Amino acid sequence: MRAQAPSPVGPAAPRRPGGLRARPHPTYLAFLVHRVSGLLLALFLPLHFWALSRAIEGEAALEGFLRWADTPLVKAGEWLLVVLLAAHLAGGLRVLALEFLGWRRRQKDMVAVTAGFALACGLLFLLNLL
Amino acid sequence: MPQTSREEREGPRTLAVRVWRGREEGGFREYRVPAQANQTVLDVVTWIQRELDPTLAYRFACRVGMCGSCAMTVNGRARWTCRTHVSRVAGPEGRLELRPLANLPVIRDLAADMTPFFDKWAKARGRFQPKDAPDGAVPEEFHVVPPASRQRREADAGIECIGCGVCYASCDVVSWNPDYLGPAALNRAWTLVNDVRDGAQAERLAAVAGDAGCHSCHSTQSCTEHCPKQLDPSAAIAGLKRRLFWDTLLGRRA
Repeated sequence: MRAQAPSPVGPAAPRRPGGLRARPHPTYLAFLVHRVSGLLLALFLPLHFWALSRAIEGEAALEGFLRWADTPLVKAGEWLLVVLLAAHLAGGLRVLALEFLGWRRRQKDMVAVTAGFALACGLLFLLNLL
Repeated sequence: MPQTSREEREGPRTLAVRVWRGREEGGFREYRVPAQANQTVLDVVTWIQRELDPTLAYRFACRVGMCGSCAMTVNGRARWTCRTHVSRVAGPEGRLELRPLANLPVIRDLAADMTPFFDKWAKARGRFQPKDAPDGAVPEEFHVVPPASRQRREADAGIECIGCGVCYASCDVVSWNPDYLGPAALNRAWTLVNDVRDGAQAERLAAVAGDAGCHSCHSTQSCTEHCPKQLDPSAAIAGLKRRLFWDTLLGRRA
């Protein structure tokens, strides 16, 4: 069988390791979660300090802020924060274990444990709210 | 019983193969290749070159997974084409997209230039340096190395690397920092760090400790995930980090 003469199709594609489809494995996703949660927590930190500063400005200011913080939307945000913190903490411990204890096997199980820890923390927080 | 199409039962009759043509700048060309029941991606590339387009450049040697020269990017993932069956990657529609290995310059078409890859092995001091025998003489200190000793087992873990470049092409850190030594060179360095007969430990550890060395690794473990020989370069890099950490902390580095 002789096929037709080849014709050029498509422009130059970026020569990167191939997008997410080349690396959908758990340890890569764990890296992404760790990095993104760290960045989001870093962005949250100034907000945290600003909230604490309400106390310096007097009881009324703090009280007003705390009442606002009781709204369901802010509580949902707090839940996200708890999950991010738990994921970042567990992910950081996983990397430390990987690099200092030299665990070779069961890397994917460790990722599963960190994900389970983050979700459990999120669930506990939700149960406390209800 | 649900009806299945002929494609689902027997696979496609022809494969639609998009192949990178050109150098760094270029584009894809599509070829139609007859599908076989038992066919590797390397068979497909060879068929295109012999039957359709003799100007297609690619590299292979052994065809049985020993030499590591036929690695390419197959449907977005670096693989040995000789050990990749089309049926495993082309899907029911029979689609293949072939590119040269990522993170390396392109010589032409599917042939990547491995020079930076092997230059980094040299930079990481990936060559065995016998103790007391820089001129190639028989060393005075003759080591008996028990195969079951911890260091020998560490060295054996990564020694089967054949330098195919799949880990290097799969590494995100190499694509972010082109100077990064990469998983294969660091795996080789860790193998030699654990070789009690080697006499260049201080120089080797210094060579892998820089900004482009082992500390740049983010442990995403794509190298370990994609290594066709099931080696674990990620663990080797973690070993180098650990060794450098304790050596620095305890003042063991000159």
